[in-house]
Amino acid sequence: MTFMDAVNGLLGGLLIGVAVTLMLMFNGRVTGIAGIIFGLFSLDRRDFLWRLAFLGGLILSGALGAALFPQKVGYAFEGRFSLGYMALAGFIVGFSTVLGSGCTSGHGVCGMSRLSRRSIVGTLVFMFSGFLTVAVMRLLGILNT
Amino acid sequence: MSLGVSTEGRVMSNQNTLSQAKENVGEIAVSFISGLIFGVGLILSGMTQANKVIGFLDILGSWDPTLMFVMGGALGLHFFTYRWVRNRYPKPILVTQWQVPTKVQLTPALFLGTFLFGIGWGLAGLCPGPAFVNLGSGNRHIWVFVVFLLLGQGAFYLLDKAWKINR
Repeated sequence: MTFMDAVNGLLGGLLIGVAVTLMLMFNGRVTGIAGIIFGLFSLDRRDFLWRLAFLGGLILSGALGAALFPQKVGYAFEGRFSLGYMALAGFIVGFSTVLGSGCTSGHGVCGMSRLSRRSIVGTLVFMFSGFLTVAVMRLLGILNT
Repeated sequence: MSLGVSTEGRVMSNQNTLSQAKENVGEIAVSFISGLIFGVGLILSGMTQANKVIGFLDILGSWDPTLMFVMGGALGLHFFTYRWVRNRYPKPILVTQWQVPTKVQLTPALFLGTFLFGIGWGLAGLCPGPAFVNLGSGNRHIWVFVVFLLLGQGAFYLLDKAWKINR
């Protein structure tokens, strides 16, 4: 990590804070991205479009990013992880973020800001299992160059 | 919520999507802008790069603490703006009530779910936000990840319909 990485991290984090504040102030909602996606499944007409609009905003930012800063988007492990591996990881993330009521944005940013006990515990648990998982990947040689 | 029957979405099944869009155009616009800003924040911070996320989780390798700065920025701001918004506004600007989670119980589902989430997050270096942002790059690995993320949520949706899981 360079000094500029830290500065950009802090600035990017502030922008994320702005985005979740807008969502709360105008729409009265937390910006838990897994929850925003999961809400689509109920096909609630009242609720469907703002969810799509939020996800559309995310995707548009990625498309703009790909055009302007191609080194910042895409996937660095293309050559290392198979598509089956990606499918497994994606399925786990999808299932678990509903079972556990949140992801990095819902628990980590929104819930921790409210000092929600569930989110503080949830964030500690997924940080712990994240460290553990990558340590195991390192030991198994999945990450070795 | 501008509609009396709004929580019962299916009540309005004869209403078309276009008129629904007019009904809450403000909410939809704010959501889009919020998504865009959130995505720009993720890109600027480097958190759309899975190698930086795995780098943060990789304590046995060359540890990359960038994620702490990102969380610091987001939490540092929203810790105060959350309180400010809730004190300043009796209700949200565009809808009639707050929809902030209020549950306090620490359930087995919370522990199991967040533990599993950390595994998936570590395996690919992707959580839902960065995965959706990266869809915009058209990368095939990302598309597979997101399709299976949706399938995983769909699987939960069906299980929950059958057994009503206490989350």
